[in-house]
Amino acid sequence: MSSPHASPRPRPLSSRRLLPPGLLFALPFLVLFAVFLLWPLGEGLWMALTDKALSAHAPSFVGLDNFSEAFGDAEMWRALWHTVLFTLISTVPLVVVALGMALLVHTGLPGQWVWRLAFFAPYLLPVGVVGLLWLWLYQPDLGVYNHLLGAVGLDQVAWLSDESVALWAIALTTLWWTVGFNFLLYLAALQSIPDHLYEAAAIDGAGAWRRLFSITLPQLGRITTVITVLQLLASLKVFDQVYLLTKGGPNNSTRPVVEYIYDVGFTGYRLGYASAISYIFFALVLLASAAQFAVLRRREK
Amino acid sequence: MTTTTDAPVRPARQRIVPVRPPRQQRAEGRTTTNLTLGAGRTTRVLALAVLAVAALIWLLPMAWALLTAFKSEADASDPVHWIWPRHGFTFQAFSTVWERGDLPLWMLNSLLISVAVTVITVLVSAMAGYAFSRTLFAGRKWLFTLTIAAVLVPPQILIVPWFEQMLTLHLLDTYAAVILPQTVAPVMVFILKKHFDSLPVELEEAARIDGAGHWRIFWSVLLPLSRPMLAAVAIFVFIGAWNNFLWPFVSTSDPSLMTLPVGITTVKDAYGIQYAQSMASAVLAALPLVAVFVFFQRHIVKSVATTGLGGQ
Repeated sequence: MSSPHASPRPRPLSSRRLLPPGLLFALPFLVLFAVFLLWPLGEGLWMALTDKALSAHAPSFVGLDNFSEAFGDAEMWRALWHTVLFTLISTVPLVVVALGMALLVHTGLPGQWVWRLAFFAPYLLPVGVVGLLWLWLYQPDLGVYNHLLGAVGLDQVAWLSDESVALWAIALTTLWWTVGFNFLLYLAALQSIPDHLYEAAAIDGAGAWRRLFSITLPQLGRITTVITVLQLLASLKVFDQVYLLTKGGPNNSTRPVVEYIYDVGFTGYRLGYASAISYIFFALVLLASAAQFAVLRRREK
Repeated sequence: MTTTTDAPVRPARQRIVPVRPPRQQRAEGRTTTNLTLGAGRTTRVLALAVLAVAALIWLLPMAWALLTAFKSEADASDPVHWIWPRHGFTFQAFSTVWERGDLPLWMLNSLLISVAVTVITVLVSAMAGYAFSRTLFAGRKWLFTLTIAAVLVPPQILIVPWFEQMLTLHLLDTYAAVILPQTVAPVMVFILKKHFDSLPVELEEAARIDGAGHWRIFWSVLLPLSRPMLAAVAIFVFIGAWNNFLWPFVSTSDPSLMTLPVGITTVKDAYGIQYAQSMASAVLAALPLVAVFVFFQRHIVKSVATTGLGGQ
């Protein structure tokens, strides 16, 4: 009796034009989206233009004062530099090591299950556990790495308390912790390379290296781009493992920009200034995304 | 006479069936081909050796933590006997940590929060994905564009306004404060929209002729067809929520609301040099997700491929 397109929901037909079913379906998401993303995004921008503090007094409008203060703030530039440096020294190994692992595991050796578990398991650890674990591993006297260095006759390293080493130590922890995810992405990509490419190459008499460089790596080009993009953006947002391992120290030498935002906002109580730095950081992320987008566009052509 | 008409039909039908299983098997990673690095004996031995060393390096931190967790406190902080304990192994650290009671509480909090985030995110994102993929309404295009654009917003820049917002809404130090901001996942909407785009329209049309409305089509036709994709999205949302640190850390100060990643960091602050105990906490805290992985290993690998992140 009802036409095929009539909606059987209990709403009267007349309301269908006002709130089409499609919009109703999108509504729960759109409400959450508006309340917990758009609103805070706008409020953050507004706060960045005020001297809002974490106290009762009413904030007053200060225009771009927070931004001009930030641009002259050596600590902010230092924190931004730590973020960029960490991104560089973590992204390259996280892509290259993941690729190497995936190539080796994909070779068809026995014990697939064990390899995958070994490389991916750390990714499943909550960052709190990773922090606890590596604080222990990096212990100057008790830690396993200094014991191993001692065993081969090398000097101990002050992993987390030497300013020139600490950020590298954090990058090493990050590599151990998260490389498994990229490894799985590469593994999935390797498995989707069609066999016939290799069969054709075998008939043409191509050796293993030839197959690697002429088939496997080019076929992985797309996923490599995807992994690199995801990794760069993830590394730019680093906070957790730095906070847990060094609290940004020693002497703020590892503090990334997200931790600076946290410090300014929640231990310095300057929410307005913290918002301004958030937006400067946001601009950096957008810039990185735009650069990557441009590279991707060119590669597609 | 019938044989002549049957003959061309049958092989055709049979050909479709056997083609699929091998492909699915490959997607699950059960490949046994030696095509990537070569099939030579030396190559294989070399590859095995490199892999074994790498796996050892990767397993070492966890193995050593496990070893430490089973030591007595005195042995754990003894730099001379750093591998093997002098007084043998003990469950002491585990029972102390467990009896203190906060660890089980943090696990429960994490489970509660992660499950809530996963259920809300997957349902709400699937509905929005369906709306953007299969329905027409005014503003659909620009709302979707806005959603995609929001993928670029790092949640880290929102912690200050979120905190302020929770203060305004009087939600600070509640489960809702931890859960709600985490349920907005534009990426998942995008992935699910793409997925619904790929399903054939015919199914829907057939259901519509049978008198099914949007909800019916969504719930009884499209969702059951999307089970692998929903599972993949759910796994990622769950792991993300389970491991999230910054926002739960900022939004809760009440110890009884702490999640596992946040709570575990207070272990070392409060119990400073109790190495065996802090490693026992780490081991216990790590167990749930590692167990999940061991059981669903193959499924997780597949989900990486099906979310469209890999395999292209």
